Amino acid sequence: MAPLLQSHGAEFTRIISLGAARGDTSVSNDAIAGPIDSSDEWIRQRTGVIERKRSSAGEGVIDLAERAANEAITTAGIQAHEIGAVIVATISNSVQTPSLAALLAHRIGATPAAAYDISAACAGYTYGIAQADALIRSGAARYVLVVGAEKLSDIIEPTDRSISFLLGDGAGAAIVGPSDAVGIGPTQWGSDGSKWDAVGMNKTLQEAFADRDGGFPTLRQDGQAVFRWAVWEMAKVAKKALEESGVHASELTAFVPHQANMRIIDEFAKQLELPESVLIARDIETTGNTSAASIPLAMHRLLQEHPEASGGLALQIGFGAGLVFGAQVVTLP
Amino acid sequence: MAHTSEEILAGLAELVTDETGIAADQVSMEKSFTDDLDIDSISMMTIVVNAEEKFDVKIPDDEVKNLTTVGEAVTFITKAQA
Repeated sequence: MAPLLQSHGAEFTRIISLGAARGDTSVSNDAIAGPIDSSDEWIRQRTGVIERKRSSAGEGVIDLAERAANEAITTAGIQAHEIGAVIVATISNSVQTPSLAALLAHRIGATPAAAYDISAACAGYTYGIAQADALIRSGAARYVLVVGAEKLSDIIEPTDRSISFLLGDGAGAAIVGPSDAVGIGPTQWGSDGSKWDAVGMNKTLQEAFADRDGGFPTLRQDGQAVFRWAVWEMAKVAKKALEESGVHASELTAFVPHQANMRIIDEFAKQLELPESVLIARDIETTGNTSAASIPLAMHRLLQEHPEASGGLALQIGFGAGLVFGAQVVTLP
Repeated sequence: MAHTSEEILAGLAELVTDETGIAADQVSMEKSFTDDLDIDSISMMTIVVNAEEKFDVKIPDDEVKNLTTVGEAVTFITKAQA
């Protein structure tokens, strides 16, 4: 009996390019403070957010994803038909099926690439990068498009004080491809389903349908529980990602955590004892928390502001509803 | 070795000062963390995690919500010591 053939891919991978698309409207703290009985000053001090980007009615999550993807493809210098897989990390698909990825693949000219969505909340992009790395090294694809795309303004309750006021709309994209040297270090990823209730929707679709006056399901969180886990537990994950990559914190050029809340970013950086030389991504300040899009958007902005950082090492870590998390050290494109 | 309530109050006051800059002598038993000391939920959690380490106790997330005053926190930590 003839043996099965095995596929083999490139020995190493890297993030070749990034693309970004933010919501077309800047929404100030003053504009959203009323319904949550708060103020611009309070929001700035307690969360670090000055404004957030939100999409107007005419701009859907697929539009954001397409813009970001096209920039990444153009910058990478590849043709869309060379993409073997399109992965969209998102919680913003308003239907259970079909996937946003299938539509995105069609819109950017990547058909017949494999296409699927990842539901891993704010860790979604790091899950996507982990998968792209594995797919390419196994020979399942040569180039992979990973997009974190969210229109969180669709699932916001204006009176919710736990999370809604932080949220923004946007998409960040990466083209991952073969490399001459290691460009994506070993992923540390996992879950803690015992905290499944810590952050998520406030009701199921069935509950919303049964009570039409109650409104569409919206996002909420137990902020204190999430904060403790996001800082102290994720600091352990970050340290493991550094250790497994053979990188010391002092060798990092940049730290790009999920942009959940500036207080989390600050406390996290303190826990990691990052030297002052390490650039810390703080895109949440003017973009807001864009869940799966936050890491690629933050990295894209960091490179625009510090082009000299290209080629340096960055620790990226995502963490969110599930609870789930993913981290890896990567070479900045 | 178990700490006395006075030691715990002093230790807690130090943690509050480190996190918020509030003077230690302001951190008295009857004070409410939110209403009197204006400590928000994120700072509260940082203080809680540091207190766990300082006093070698566990303060579960569910319990944190019940610790509304300095006195309640001191009492909980005193009892939680092995």
